[in-house]
Amino acid sequence: MPQYHQFDALVVGAGGAGLMAALHASKSVNTAVISKLYPTRSHTGTAQGGISAALGNLEEDKWEWHAYDTIKGGDFLCDQDAVDIMCREAIDAVIELEHMGLPFDRTPDGKISQRRFGGHTNNETKKPVMRACHAADRTGHMILQTLYQNCIKNNVKFFDEFQVIDVLIEDGKCNGVVAVQLATGEIHVFHSKATLIATGGFGKMWKVTSNAHSLTGDLPAAVLRRGLPLEDMEFFQFHPTGVYKLGILLSEAARGEGAVFINDKGERFMERYMPTLKDLAPRDICSRCIYTEIREGRGIGGKDYVYLDFRPEQINKYFEADGNPKRIDAHYLETKLPDIIEFARVYQGIDPIKEPVPIQPTAHYAMGGIPTDNDARVLADETGRIVEGLYAAGEVACVSVHGANRLGTNSLVDLVVFGRRGGLAMADYCRQASFRPINRDAAAKEGAAQLDRIRNNDGNERPHTIRKEMQALMDDKVGVYRTGAGLEEAIDKIHELQARYKRIRIDDKGFKWNTDLMEAWELGALLDLAEVTAFAALARTESRGGHYREDYPKRDDVNFLKHSMAWKNGTITLKYKPVRITRIPPQERKY
Amino acid sequence: MKINLKIKRFNPETDKKPHWETYAVEVEPTDRVLDALHEVKWNQDGTLALRRSCAHGVCGSDAMRINGRNMLACKVLIQNIAKDGDTITVEPILGLPVVKDLIVDMEPFFAHYRAVMPYLVNNDPLPANGRERLQSPADRERYDDTTKCILCAACTTSCPSFWARGEYVGPAAIVQAHRFIFDSRDQAAQQRLEILSAADGVWRCRTVFNCTEACPRGIQVTKAIGEVKEALRTGVIQ
Repeated sequence: MPQYHQFDALVVGAGGAGLMAALHASKSVNTAVISKLYPTRSHTGTAQGGISAALGNLEEDKWEWHAYDTIKGGDFLCDQDAVDIMCREAIDAVIELEHMGLPFDRTPDGKISQRRFGGHTNNETKKPVMRACHAADRTGHMILQTLYQNCIKNNVKFFDEFQVIDVLIEDGKCNGVVAVQLATGEIHVFHSKATLIATGGFGKMWKVTSNAHSLTGDLPAAVLRRGLPLEDMEFFQFHPTGVYKLGILLSEAARGEGAVFINDKGERFMERYMPTLKDLAPRDICSRCIYTEIREGRGIGGKDYVYLDFRPEQINKYFEADGNPKRIDAHYLETKLPDIIEFARVYQGIDPIKEPVPIQPTAHYAMGGIPTDNDARVLADETGRIVEGLYAAGEVACVSVHGANRLGTNSLVDLVVFGRRGGLAMADYCRQASFRPINRDAAAKEGAAQLDRIRNNDGNERPHTIRKEMQALMDDKVGVYRTGAGLEEAIDKIHELQARYKRIRIDDKGFKWNTDLMEAWELGALLDLAEVTAFAALARTESRGGHYREDYPKRDDVNFLKHSMAWKNGTITLKYKPVRITRIPPQERKY
Repeated sequence: MKINLKIKRFNPETDKKPHWETYAVEVEPTDRVLDALHEVKWNQDGTLALRRSCAHGVCGSDAMRINGRNMLACKVLIQNIAKDGDTITVEPILGLPVVKDLIVDMEPFFAHYRAVMPYLVNNDPLPANGRERLQSPADRERYDDTTKCILCAACTTSCPSFWARGEYVGPAAIVQAHRFIFDSRDQAAQQRLEILSAADGVWRCRTVFNCTEACPRGIQVTKAIGEVKEALRTGVIQ
């Protein structure tokens, strides 16, 4: 039997953005959080290196510099008013986290410690600046734990291990969601005044990815199916330092602490490409430089990877060559980067203190997603019309503060700042709004029918076969380098996979903890998002940030200084809206 | 290489009690046990149920009993526990009700977590300058080890005292309490110590060290429990 719940505010997803929103909303309205995992297992917990805020604890810094770096790093596709909000409010948000108990590393005088990160500069000297606040290389873990702890303290209501399968939208207004309780297989209808989606990324459409198995885009696919658009889906970030073959992330903090890339000839090749920032250039640039080295035959042993070198004696040599007086030792690295050193030891059998580590770019972060305004309110179209009662924050949302390429640490900044703004905006809205009527029985019935279609489908395709083919295709054709022909091929193949998806068959016909069914459901979401991604990438005949077209290698501001919005009504429709430029005119991106 | 995965199966919708099933799997030596389980689930038997998410040892979803010891399936490489042709046994962690296959009911575990006030308490006014509360690197270092906990339950469900009595708050909850008791910014240490001095608190710990051995994050769990006992015994928090 379906179950029904009513809350003023609902949050779907319990990572940093969702918990921050829930924490702030729950101070004034009745709030519940729904998560398909236990909250402490959300992917925010894997974020390593830091959260940026211009605290200026170790050297001069200004939020305006942070904003400039973010906009430039995003290849001028960021909406600048949103970036200003993010960088200004980051300072308060980080202090707020400290007050909640977050165990940041400390400076000798007891303040929050800061380190360098890719693309963060002193705008006057152009040199890297220490802006990333950190707790060893477990910053995301600490943020997630701290926010969950505070939600427990504030008695936020949690529905753990509930997978949301539909968003209830009627007449352009959101009235809640439909979810399945994984333990029982029961359908639950959640009726709300306001709903905030904070379900993170969807990197599982690629094979080599840093993303968790849970990151399958269930919610962005659901809103797409409900007739709403997704923004800037062609912009997906490939992080330069994934563990070779596995994609597990090795934090950019390693380079912040002095590590460099090395090719087969033992060259520190970033010097050639980016003479000022070198290995601390933004991620899109580093990823392409690695691929270029590989293509030109300078991958290690001629293979498709390079080294990340953070042996202490080497780092000291690089420091010396750069005129940096700092010197470090093995103990220092073990303290600052304990987890990533352990990842290399566990998964590659390599001791990074003694040997360089094989790395390759890995699918990492969605710059695009559900379009929102600066208060996390979801937008219905390119004119800025609001979907009443629907909000989104964190990686799943596109504000857009990351533009075409996100700077390291800015995902954590984004989720605390816009998670908080979203929570507060929802609470404001809930206090003056009333519940809109819903037909809860129909909603429950439709949700159950959607799952039953998969459960009882009498086909001959294993979902895993389709998923594997999709992931290989996306790595191959919709990766770091793209071409028109490759993208057309990708779209055709995705359509073929979608047709085969209709003929799947799952083994588990039960209700309780049917992960076979839920994985098949997730595959459907990924296929829809892969289609939109490839489609938007094909239409953008320019190169900008994370989106690089070999057949259009130049940035084209005349035609493409604009955000894409994609709808799926049987086929994909694309529209565009201008980028909001307030303070900083677009210029060529040089480091 | 070829291995056999011997998995304890239980489907509440069809089985009266658990039974073992064995699957032959082709794996790379550097594959993780999680990869082998996925191989079974994705290519042989989709009904196999398990939890997993990050797949690199930091989310805590896939704690299970592998060859009789609690581990994260994503953090143990096949080559470290098996040779070609060997059988690896996989079963759910002990001491919590089995829901299906490798999935246990985590609610009793999280209830213990919530019971120890796992959050910072500081009722002083916030600094007037709008900045952080200061904390020396040494004070920060004091509780560093116990901040690493990912709530995977590997420690608590490897503890004989917990197996004997599920009301025992267990190592993970004590680790969480420790993290705040020894944080110089916190003001509720005495309340937490009071909770932990109850009959089902730290004194049920028999110092077996299973928890420390099981912790995939390398936390010195038994040491942390010992420090909490010491604080209770002496009334001094050091």
